[in-house]
Amino acid sequence: MNGVAFMLPIALGMGLFGLASFFWALKRGQFGDLDGAAARILIDEEDLP
Amino acid sequence: MTAPAMHIAIPDDAVHSVLAVPGMHCAGCMGKVERALSAVDGVASARTNLTARTVEVVHSPQVETPTLVAALAATGFDAQPREIAAEPVSAVKPLLAPLGVAAFACMNVMLMSVSVWSGADGTTRALFHWVSALIGVPAIVYAGRPFFASAWKVLRYGKTNMDVPISIGVTIATGLSFYETIIGGAEAWFDGVLMLLMFLLAGRVLDAMMRDRARSGVDALLRQVATGTMVVAADGETRWVETKALQPGMLMRVAAGERLAADGEVLRGQTRFDQSLLTGESAPVPAGPGTLVHAGTLNIEAPVDVRVTASGQDTALSEIARLMEVAGQSRSKYVRIADRAARLYAPAVHTLAALTFAGWMLAGAGWYQSLVIAIAVLIITCPCALGLAVPVAQVVAAGALLKKGVLVKDGSALERMAEIDRILIDKTGTLTLGRPVPDEAALCALSPLQASVALALASHSRHPLSLGLVQALAARGILAALLEDVHEEAGQGVTARWNGLSVALGRPASAQGMATALRIQGDAVRLIPFADRLRPDAEAALARLGSLGVEASILSGDSVPAVAAIAHATGLTAQAAASPLEKQEAIQRLQNAGRKVMMAGDGLNDGPALAAAHASIAPGSASDVGRQAADMVFTADSLLAIPRAIRVSRKTMQVVRQNFVLAIGYNVLAVPLAILGHVTPLIAAVAMSTSSLIVVANSLRLAGEAK
Repeated sequence: MNGVAFMLPIALGMGLFGLASFFWALKRGQFGDLDGAAARILIDEEDLP
Repeated sequence: MTAPAMHIAIPDDAVHSVLAVPGMHCAGCMGKVERALSAVDGVASARTNLTARTVEVVHSPQVETPTLVAALAATGFDAQPREIAAEPVSAVKPLLAPLGVAAFACMNVMLMSVSVWSGADGTTRALFHWVSALIGVPAIVYAGRPFFASAWKVLRYGKTNMDVPISIGVTIATGLSFYETIIGGAEAWFDGVLMLLMFLLAGRVLDAMMRDRARSGVDALLRQVATGTMVVAADGETRWVETKALQPGMLMRVAAGERLAADGEVLRGQTRFDQSLLTGESAPVPAGPGTLVHAGTLNIEAPVDVRVTASGQDTALSEIARLMEVAGQSRSKYVRIADRAARLYAPAVHTLAALTFAGWMLAGAGWYQSLVIAIAVLIITCPCALGLAVPVAQVVAAGALLKKGVLVKDGSALERMAEIDRILIDKTGTLTLGRPVPDEAALCALSPLQASVALALASHSRHPLSLGLVQALAARGILAALLEDVHEEAGQGVTARWNGLSVALGRPASAQGMATALRIQGDAVRLIPFADRLRPDAEAALARLGSLGVEASILSGDSVPAVAAIAHATGLTAQAAASPLEKQEAIQRLQNAGRKVMMAGDGLNDGPALAAAHASIAPGSASDVGRQAADMVFTADSLLAIPRAIRVSRKTMQVVRQNFVLAIGYNVLAVPLAILGHVTPLIAAVAMSTSSLIVVANSLRLAGEAK
């Protein structure tokens, strides 16, 4: 029972942190252009300083 | 990874503009578009959105939209300004947050459930149930909202859909689990309920994604009615005015190759207008001072000044819009297959649960035990796989069609398209390309040198004939000759010097039909006739329609001789010179006779017919109205897209029916267990996820179907 007293809040805290990050990302428009995000990594940027 | 290193301070008066760039489809294009726009003086930043095929530009107010469009044109991208206010509402967005919550809660509750299943009991079990309830109940209330709202909406009108049994099952299971938690009972179903919601929301998100993608694809295609035009002010100065700001009395200067933004009367200049999108007529109509011209028609010859007589809602288009509104009503009565299934499914499941309760009561069980078993029946029959059966199959099919250049507006389009047994095809722009194509024989007769001069001359003009010539010659691998002193004279053609000889491409002396004349000093004049041609693969496409058992015929607004020629070439029967209303009536007549009619058309005049037909398809070159009214849009030139769309739709419905059989088969196995009272939350969780995975796997078979 002692172990549970520690592990339970830790597990829930981690889960809540994940959920909060998801909402943060959603609000910031990170899911607005999924196709573009996948393609963006391939853009050559050699002409930028 | 990092954002482009643009460190220009964004001025306070910066303007946000959104441009639609339909040609952008890969990382290279995104880079080119962003770089081209960032290089323009006064542009602070440019950010592309590949999903919506748009680019958002932040720039100082001095930079005008045509400058941005020109910068993109220089790198080879067509772009059209888009109003930011018209940014469409995404169907996916409101579902993402519930899906995230359901997934989070499901995983965390499952953590507790695994401990309970592995034998935790007493206080530990009670504690775990309480923690599950703490996470589960708020999460179920939040993530279940899309279903509760939809179920409530249909129940108020005395109808039912798939969301009704889902909502009832979810609510009762949550209530029972909460009660069990309070009395310290052995079984709580929070994990199963959350898993159900997660799978169902995943199905909804997929369905919404398909609609979003198709809509942005359609939006990004070229807009046919110009969104603005050059207006000549009283002092002779010209400036760019947006369509919605046009007022009757303004003077528009319409260049060759531009579409009219409003109805008007020609004041100065002689030209011809291509009215094919408005009336279906393929021959351009001459216009001079005093001629009334309509919004959406294309000026193909020389610049003219047009006095605006009507703009916006008052244009000739409003009549067509009114017809379409009436025509679309019959289609909105169509009931989708998932809802038809729900009409049978919901009463069956609820009767079964009621009978189980009655049976156990009669068998002498207490009313509490009977209720628990009846609720277990409801939970186990909750249509988890059924909720995925339709959307997953349709999304996979729509994705396969998208790769082949066919945009599907929504899932019901696939359902209706699968039932088609009759098709009416518009001529101009649908059966034919709707643009002038040079005569093959005349091109073959040109020497390579003559061809390269013709290509060079034509590439300096935006005239439709020149564009057609450039396309045809470039496709033959001809390279343009080097010219000097190039001049284009409106309505006459292009002149230049080539190796010291004067060369010209322009209006032939004896203008008969559509043709252009190539003159090279010291050489005979070469006449190149143009004609609207059948789309590539038209014959193969019609043959395939025949083998699919779909009877085809032509329904055109063009003149009888023009339609007769195409009817002869394709061997189809035809109705010519049909007005928009007559087209709609022709479809109504066939549908009243019990046929499931599909309409393929592109013009404004096809709008009411496209809306009235059981299913419809439009080419990407269609008018705004045509594309909006159609269920599907095909972007490639080939007409094979039509039989392909029908074949994939039928295959999709076949897979959907298989999915139903699989999902119901699972119920046939699980329900007897539930009725006998042997179902535990563990069995429910395993059965639910297995049947969902099987349905998804079966649907993935559609990925390669659109060959």
